[in-house]
Amino acid sequence: MDAQIALLLSQDGITNGAIYALLALALVMVFAVTRIIFIPQGEFVSYGALTMAMFQTGLVPSTIWLLVILGIVVVLLDSLALIKTKQNQKLFKLLGINLAYPLVLAGLLYLLPVKDMGMLLQTLFTLAILVPMGPMLYRLAFQPVASASVLTLLIISVAVHVMMVGLGLIFFGAEGLRTEAFSDARFEWGMLSVNGQTLWVIASFFSLITALYLFFERTIYGKALRATALNRVGARLMGIPPALSGKLTFFLAALIGALSGILIAPITTIYYDTGFIIGLKGFVAAIIGGLVSYPLAAGGAILVGLIEAFSSFWASEYKEIIVFTLIIPVLLWRSLRSHSMEDEE
Amino acid sequence: MKPLLSSRMVLGVFIVLIAATPLVMSPFYITLLNYIGLAALVALGLVLLTGIGNLTSFGQAAFVGVGAYSTAFVTTSSSFAWLGNSPWAGFIIGLLITSAVALILGAITLKLSGHFLPLGTIAWGISLYYLFGTAEALGGHTGMTGIPPILVLGWVLDQGYEIYYLIWAFLLAAIINTKNLLDSREGRAIRALKGGRIMAEAMGVNTLYSRMAIFLFAALHASTSGWLYAHMQRFVNPTPFNIHNGIEYLFMAVIGGASSVWGAIVGSSLITILKQWLQDLLPKLFGQNGNFEVILFGLIMIIVLQRAQNGLWPLLAKLLPVQHELKTINPHAEPLAQRTLPTHGEVILEAKNVTRKFGGLIANNNMNLTVHAGEILALIGPNGAGKSTLFNQLSGVDTPSSGEVLFLGKPIGGLQSRTVAAMGMSRTFQHVKLLPTMTVLENVAIGAHQRGHKGVFSAAWRLERAEEERLLAEAARQIERVGLKELMHVEAGSLALGQQRILEIARALCSDPCLLLLDEPAAGLRHLEKQALADLLRRLKAQGMAILLVEHDMDFVMGLVDYVVVMEFGQKIAEGLPEAVQQNQAVLEAYLGGVE
Repeated sequence: MDAQIALLLSQDGITNGAIYALLALALVMVFAVTRIIFIPQGEFVSYGALTMAMFQTGLVPSTIWLLVILGIVVVLLDSLALIKTKQNQKLFKLLGINLAYPLVLAGLLYLLPVKDMGMLLQTLFTLAILVPMGPMLYRLAFQPVASASVLTLLIISVAVHVMMVGLGLIFFGAEGLRTEAFSDARFEWGMLSVNGQTLWVIASFFSLITALYLFFERTIYGKALRATALNRVGARLMGIPPALSGKLTFFLAALIGALSGILIAPITTIYYDTGFIIGLKGFVAAIIGGLVSYPLAAGGAILVGLIEAFSSFWASEYKEIIVFTLIIPVLLWRSLRSHSMEDEE
Repeated sequence: MKPLLSSRMVLGVFIVLIAATPLVMSPFYITLLNYIGLAALVALGLVLLTGIGNLTSFGQAAFVGVGAYSTAFVTTSSSFAWLGNSPWAGFIIGLLITSAVALILGAITLKLSGHFLPLGTIAWGISLYYLFGTAEALGGHTGMTGIPPILVLGWVLDQGYEIYYLIWAFLLAAIINTKNLLDSREGRAIRALKGGRIMAEAMGVNTLYSRMAIFLFAALHASTSGWLYAHMQRFVNPTPFNIHNGIEYLFMAVIGGASSVWGAIVGSSLITILKQWLQDLLPKLFGQNGNFEVILFGLIMIIVLQRAQNGLWPLLAKLLPVQHELKTINPHAEPLAQRTLPTHGEVILEAKNVTRKFGGLIANNNMNLTVHAGEILALIGPNGAGKSTLFNQLSGVDTPSSGEVLFLGKPIGGLQSRTVAAMGMSRTFQHVKLLPTMTVLENVAIGAHQRGHKGVFSAAWRLERAEEERLLAEAARQIERVGLKELMHVEAGSLALGQQRILEIARALCSDPCLLLLDEPAAGLRHLEKQALADLLRRLKAQGMAILLVEHDMDFVMGLVDYVVVMEFGQKIAEGLPEAVQQNQAVLEAYLGGVE
């Protein structure tokens, strides 16, 4: 291996690592606020990538119908109680978000020539379809058992994951797809050759991190989430509804997931079930951070990306095995450091 | 409706049905039943792990794969010709490899919180699947063929109905072993993992060992299933061992009912049959090939966990009029060995200059106290005085920042609570910690955990009945001693709070201690219950027991104890005989407020 290859591999590793880092941050956040280990995070990645790809082939993404259906189920579950207690304002809000919005969006997608509207609008439409699914999923799958044990929540999380993979196959088919790059530019600095997509990923990574930082530090909702993460009961007593924290967290997780998918789709061919593996690499990173530390998780993600890139050079067949066995020494190290024993109930 | 059947009769009917099935069913259904049996063997391990032990694994399919590939390699490779390429050698080698993997995975994840094991098993499941697919020696993605059938006593099991009997014989043995195990000393420790780990450790249970035992048990059953599968199919490829099959096994256990062994059978039957049916139907419906049935399974799973957390079996069990047998106690069982109690007046527990700081907060400052054999010492003080913190130092749960606690002359700082329990200190909890669905007898028997020694294997094969009889007789004796004899066979959760507190004392006594630490034993008790408790404590004291109690109730304390230590703001403000302390000015101020 010469320096040029090493630079190339590092660049690959850091690009993928940035994506894993975003996913790892979302996983740590969801776990801190809701105690849910969010396995379906990866499905948002494949949904994001493939919804974008469907736009670019001139099709209306089938994911819009999932949004419509999820919305209808939410309305069916929640409207009755609101009608009985005559909470009209809340009822209108419920209908607006879960029924009117998906239908209007579906109408727009059928009317507008999204294929020719450029990357930015395609990205926005993709997010418009996928991000509201986050809170809906929380409402349907997790909210009724929000206080269950971590183990129960994990099993539900896995159930949601397999459902989304199955639906993904129906929506997108078994063929893998790749989207157009955000930019075809190449930049040469001596030995280093950087392509535009990499810069897009890195730039998006930093702007998203900054946006999240501002959200958590400067806004009342961000502070509410931090409070919930620190002390669930305390936050509830201070008037922060657990359902709101849950939905808000899932909104952010879906946003990060879908955006990661859109960013990675021009680099790698994405299949309906690729997201799971990508998401799991985010998990390996999140576990390096013990599912609690954001900086360690982000650092871990870059490490995962680099190890993956270099092992694909030396032992490409064993790439996945190497990345996933990385979790073993990490867990060993955590285990040796841990002395406490907790009751999980 | 009156209960008609004993659980033994249910098992008998089940065995007859299994034996008769091949005589009436077509080969198609026999094959289906073979798959159900193989899946149930895996799901059974998950019942123990998930429903009872509060752990889980998504990597069971990988253990099935280890069992299948081990035997495939051993029976077909020329490098194992020296073992005659025997399937039974393949079985043993599969079990050995599985044990090694499970022990390594367990060792690194089981000390951490419960969700690290499932995450670890996901990673391991995926890695192993890729390894099966890439390793040349294992045939890569095409797999391995030419696996011979199993030979049992000269009988070649190469027909579906022949291996059917072997599969279901293994399953039956697994069911009986699991039921035996749960109804034993180790089984009680395993059942305490869900919601009672701190209590169990204080009663002398090594909960890490119990967790490891059930993870190993589940892994070995999965490996056995893989061995049977390989010799039934006569070829193996990586597909059945991927992570999604691992998830499906968990669905079987949870949907069927993860709290009962029968749930594993119900769940694996339901999912296997549904899968068979949906795999024909759904691809036609969607016009393409794929595992669409998982969408429905996922949905059922979410609904089950939201609406009926214990799965389908409890709902079915209601329809079966099965009678639960009461445990029989043999009063003539040889009593367990007892420690010799220290002589009256001997120093049992000594706190020397104990200080505990939490950051800037000094919860205990320079506390000293001494408990003697045959004496009751009360530690009292207003709320927030630091009593509970001191209690934690004395019972070995927490370690002092400075100073030391000596129990029978030995320092206990930094020791595990089960080690301290083994030295002869036993305790109750301020917030009652018992296992509500277990009977009073079983709860109390947990206290005697360290007085028995037979392990998991003896329990599974009922080789420990003599010891079990002695343990239960001891538990019954302690229950009688505290006056709960009438309630011995009811569920502990149905007792009134006062009775639950007494139960905790019986459980503590069951460990044959020389020092009892009681954390607010009279809280929530009615007047007559308090009198009964006081009588009990007096009797124990007369028998030479040393007792330390933390209490709020002054009336209860004053008529009962020999010596009182009063705390406020983490410091000792008074000590002495009860009457003297009652007159002490500082104590009166602490309790009633000073005159400004």
